[in-house]
Amino acid sequence: MNASVASMNIALVGNPNCGKTALFNRLTGGRQKVANYAGVTVERKEGKFNTPQGKSVHVLDLPGTYSLTPSSPDEAITRDVCMGKISEVALPDIIVCVADATNLRLHLRFVLELQQLGRPMILALNLMDEAGRRGIKIDSQALSRELNMPVVETVAVQRQGAEALAQQLDLPLPTGTVPKHADLHQRVREVMGIAVTMPEQSDSRADKLDRIVLHPVLGLVILTAIMFLMFQAVFSWAKPLQDGVAAAIGWMGSNVSSLLPEGPLNSLVTNGLFGGLGTVMEFLPQILILFLFILMLEESGYLPRAAFLLDRFMFAAGLTGRSFIPMLSSFACAIPGIMATRSIQDPRDRLTTIMVAPLMTCSARLPVYTLLIGAFIPRTEVMKIFNLQGLVLFALYMAGILSALLVSYVIKKTRKDKSEHALLMELPRYRWPNPRDIAMGLWERTIIFMRRVTGIILSLTVILWFLSSYPAPPDGATLPAIDYSFAGRIGHFMEPLFAPIGFNWQICIALIPGLAAREVAVAALATVYAISAGGDDAAAQALSPLLAAQWSVPTALSLLVWYVYAPQCLSTLAVIKRETNSWKQVFISAGYLFALAYFASFATYQLARMWS
Amino acid sequence: MLLSELALGQSASVVSVEDAYPEDAIAQRLRDLGFVSGELLKVRAVGPLGAEPILVKIASSQFALRRNEAARIQITLASSP
Repeated sequence: MNASVASMNIALVGNPNCGKTALFNRLTGGRQKVANYAGVTVERKEGKFNTPQGKSVHVLDLPGTYSLTPSSPDEAITRDVCMGKISEVALPDIIVCVADATNLRLHLRFVLELQQLGRPMILALNLMDEAGRRGIKIDSQALSRELNMPVVETVAVQRQGAEALAQQLDLPLPTGTVPKHADLHQRVREVMGIAVTMPEQSDSRADKLDRIVLHPVLGLVILTAIMFLMFQAVFSWAKPLQDGVAAAIGWMGSNVSSLLPEGPLNSLVTNGLFGGLGTVMEFLPQILILFLFILMLEESGYLPRAAFLLDRFMFAAGLTGRSFIPMLSSFACAIPGIMATRSIQDPRDRLTTIMVAPLMTCSARLPVYTLLIGAFIPRTEVMKIFNLQGLVLFALYMAGILSALLVSYVIKKTRKDKSEHALLMELPRYRWPNPRDIAMGLWERTIIFMRRVTGIILSLTVILWFLSSYPAPPDGATLPAIDYSFAGRIGHFMEPLFAPIGFNWQICIALIPGLAAREVAVAALATVYAISAGGDDAAAQALSPLLAAQWSVPTALSLLVWYVYAPQCLSTLAVIKRETNSWKQVFISAGYLFALAYFASFATYQLARMWS
Repeated sequence: MLLSELALGQSASVVSVEDAYPEDAIAQRLRDLGFVSGELLKVRAVGPLGAEPILVKIASSQFALRRNEAARIQITLASSP
């Protein structure tokens, strides 16, 4: 390696939980790009930064790995990139192996294994501050001598934390042959004996915390409390923020609309654009609060502990404790949830989790629930403390969770391959969530959500507005204008299929865009009823009483149940395609959800009719 | 004895990890994670239902293992201090 080269490729490699991603964020700042490796669903994170001497460094953040004998697609990618077997990425000029200074006994073995590849390497000793706090003394010069590679100390959470690494990249690397070791564990013990002094006591604070957090009874109480707090935050703390967003969009809409002349364009902008967009944008605060909780739980090291507590329950239902994290994310949106299944190594467990994740009530279903519950369920008190509306909402969430457990149980029972499923999960140390990493995670989510809103949802709303407005009714028409439109015709065409579950043709129209993005169903109903009422804006705003007057209670209940199972939105199907790389799984998933939705709605509608 | 038989709070040292079947990837991973002869370990916690999974502390790491996985690991009780 020549120090005068103006640019170089490096790869960050390390065990899971070594703080590699924090170091990557620290090195690259906002200058990063996330994509996938061709043909597999492994995240490819890249970024750029400059060394103090102006060398431009392209850095690849490889998936965390315990060993070069891979046990998941992620780990296989890391091995293949380090060996230069992947054509789309250049063989890294330098492998920067990141190791947790507090856990060298585990991490050094991988450093040695990686070194056997014979590539130029630097060891980044991360979390040096934490090691110092625990009384772990590391002689990094001795370590460097023993390993025959440069060793730099980094603290990824501090501003200067990555500077030593950047400086090291300006220096030439030592050359020499790599010593072979028959027993890597034995060699780690030797190196540790020379360069590391461990304290007598292990980290007693973390041990005490674990005794409470992992306690069979207390642990479950804490988990329940955290979940309760999270949903409380999503549903009540987000309210003022949501009202703010709604007000801002309403204000913009009325200003823009007053600038435009009356006519189709004005109707498009007011009803289609601001009406549809506004309904959806209101859910951004809820999604962000949910992700804030999930990111903090993840960063703090709590989520794997929750997975530990729940593993036996979830295993009985055909899942694994690891499924807890993706399923929790699915309450915000099934897309990140399904993407989070990448952390499940067993392909069967992963597929089952992907299949049932859409049954978790995602935030896009909330607008539908809120609208229908507000219109049809009375605010009666139940046992003096509960409100019937709240109970119905809770029941809808529970219906989703129980159905997911039931479906995964059926998958487990019908699966032919009954070989062993492994858990084998490391519980990382606790740490304070770093505000910088949390903020970057939230920002990523906001961008994804905004892209979705502005792309799919916006174009759908506009298309729906067009279909509901054209063709215009003929002269002397007696029925409302929408009956003559394309949307009206489609709705009437679909009605016979959905009549047994109590849906009228207006609902049928709303189901179509609801397939693309569930929350649009509400906007669609608003558009359809607004245009039926003669383009009157007031009617759209007062959708809830209008529905209460026009629909029967069995119809409303049937639609609520429909959305518990509703075949997932197109973006979820697209993610399932990408993550499983199989159209078959997409069809199975959409098919079984459609069948469940139809059957459950049918039962609800018929039972409710008999009852009332 | 096997790690799956070790009681909560007890310490032991690893003797070996046995393959449950030929080319046992789970056993290989356990060895990579540091379950090798002479290493000290301790059961730190057990799950709330059926005492599964178990949380094993080994060196400075902690791993959650199901009893099936732990049954691959031969141990010998550490002499009590």
